[in-house]
Amino acid sequence: MNFFTNKQPLVADILSRYPANRKRSAVMPLLREVQNAEGYISDARVAEIAQLIESTPTEVKSVMSFYSTYSSSPTGKYHLQVCMTLSCALQGSDQMWDYLCETLDIGVGDVTADGLFSVQKVECLGSCGTAPLMQVSDSGYYECLTKKRLNALLADFKSRGDGSMPESDTQAPVFIQRNGDVVSQITAEGASL
Amino acid sequence: MTLVADAPVLEKPTSITSGLDPRFKPRLYEHVGQNNSWTLEYALRHGAYEGAKRALAGTPESVQDEVKKSGLRGRGGAGFPTGLKWSFMPKEDGKPHYLVCNADESEPGTYKDRYLMEADPHQLLEGMLIGMHAIRANVGYIYIRGEYILGANRLNAAIAEARAAGLLGDNALGFGKSMEVFVHRGAGAYICGEETALMNSLEGLRANPRLKPPFPAQAGIFGMPSTVNNVVSIASAALIMRHGADWFSSMGTEKSKGNFLFHISGPVKRPGVYELPLGTTYREIIYTWGGGPTEEIKGFHPGGSSMPILPFTDEILDMGADYENVSSKGSSLGTGGIILIPKNADIVNMMYNLVRFYGHESCGKCTPCREGIGTWMNRIFQKLIAGQGDPNDVKILEDLMGNIRGKSFCLLADSCIMPVQSAFKHFRDEFEYIAQHGKPMYTGYGNRWKDE
Repeated sequence: MNFFTNKQPLVADILSRYPANRKRSAVMPLLREVQNAEGYISDARVAEIAQLIESTPTEVKSVMSFYSTYSSSPTGKYHLQVCMTLSCALQGSDQMWDYLCETLDIGVGDVTADGLFSVQKVECLGSCGTAPLMQVSDSGYYECLTKKRLNALLADFKSRGDGSMPESDTQAPVFIQRNGDVVSQITAEGASL
Repeated sequence: MTLVADAPVLEKPTSITSGLDPRFKPRLYEHVGQNNSWTLEYALRHGAYEGAKRALAGTPESVQDEVKKSGLRGRGGAGFPTGLKWSFMPKEDGKPHYLVCNADESEPGTYKDRYLMEADPHQLLEGMLIGMHAIRANVGYIYIRGEYILGANRLNAAIAEARAAGLLGDNALGFGKSMEVFVHRGAGAYICGEETALMNSLEGLRANPRLKPPFPAQAGIFGMPSTVNNVVSIASAALIMRHGADWFSSMGTEKSKGNFLFHISGPVKRPGVYELPLGTTYREIIYTWGGGPTEEIKGFHPGGSSMPILPFTDEILDMGADYENVSSKGSSLGTGGIILIPKNADIVNMMYNLVRFYGHESCGKCTPCREGIGTWMNRIFQKLIAGQGDPNDVKILEDLMGNIRGKSFCLLADSCIMPVQSAFKHFRDEFEYIAQHGKPMYTGYGNRWKDE
């Protein structure tokens, strides 16, 4: 069955964001829908998207292969994307990556036997103040990862086992100024992001 | 906090701008960290959209003039005057115009846009309305990097709220004009921060940069006149229309006006985003606000990894951070994302991290970048780090960089070469050491992950 057949309102909403004769602009949001729902984008889905945007599968594939967050092979329910760039490297992301691969006993492109985990090295996630960090699937960031925090997260994911995630962890303490003082974002007057 | 003895540090760092001075109260980040700051109800209670109303009541030229008068320069890194950029747009040419907000924040060391979009999306939307009015656009796109999921969700929710309240839509703010803003999520590509690559990405093409001219103001997205501005530039425009050009230009130095989001990463006590006037010294940013380094520092990138490294000396630390001063030292203010470089981390490993980054992010369009960085530089660095180098490799690297710099299609290659050349300038001995001895001069790069 086609993925978008019973999602016409969604397709119409996505197409409505761009000029009527520029359907091609919808390729990225459409790829995202498939990636999030199925964990990867198969050739059949590529062909379907090509039809929706009045293009060809080759063109869709050329766009898809350009970006790092679309996958052409299946990923785990928890796709762990570890930031490896400078600020994270200075907080130990290389060691964290090695530990993660050893603990899960997988490498890039693999999925654990239980279908739960896959891993990917990614470049700067734009959260250098809370290094090291990883993004999980198309969900939030998990930041300021020590070995202890990482182990706890993995245990949590395993016990859930269904791809659900703990309450978004984007509340890591990067500091800001407030009334002439330096405060952590999450403690700023008792508020949280 | 303990500081290494010979690091240049004042015993008690003195604050020059004083965080208690009400003139320098954070405005861009005023609501970051507050409960429900992302809702329309909260935003309206704090004066949101008042600037947009003032802007839409005037002509596009009056908005351009106000922003020109404020002295606002683009906050994405290049520092081009925002009002002037808007004035390049054609007037009544009968074509649709587009405003594109560049929220593809992916410069290593840079994380200022993220919290602004997550915590205060209405500030950005207000700025979008102002910018769209100034360039006569009815449609605006916010191109946000795919990984900023919370930011995209908050922006989409804010757009829905604003539309329901009549702030966006067919009769935006009641001025009889149709104004729509859409969020377009990226999917993980650094090159999309380059404005013409971003436009290709938005059109559903591979994000290769385009040849300029034509410039975006002549033929941008969908072949129509377009302007691309950074998140903070657009949000600053909202504040300028709310508080006036004089408020903005009362901060900063003669040629670098306004408040600026300095942010620090690397081994520092309080990594964070600090909103301070341009011209604040690096000493104040790093020590007073950032709490000081947690280990001995040998240099820093002043504005993202693409900006050449500055040495960590008293002279540099006591320099006011503005566009002119930093340029005069051979670097650039860039995005304001300061990355501290610890002394005991080997510079060759650190530069390899960046060379790998830029090689990975090269779009592949032109040979100097794709092969020069993606293949050649990567391999020479790998050879050095593996202990297989010889002294000639240092010369080959230098020669190679000289042949890449200024010869690539867009600025991505230069963004890689500039920091590496600066590392050669300041820490050449470390390159020569590893080439000669097969091991790094400092060994503290690979052992930094904390257990808890």
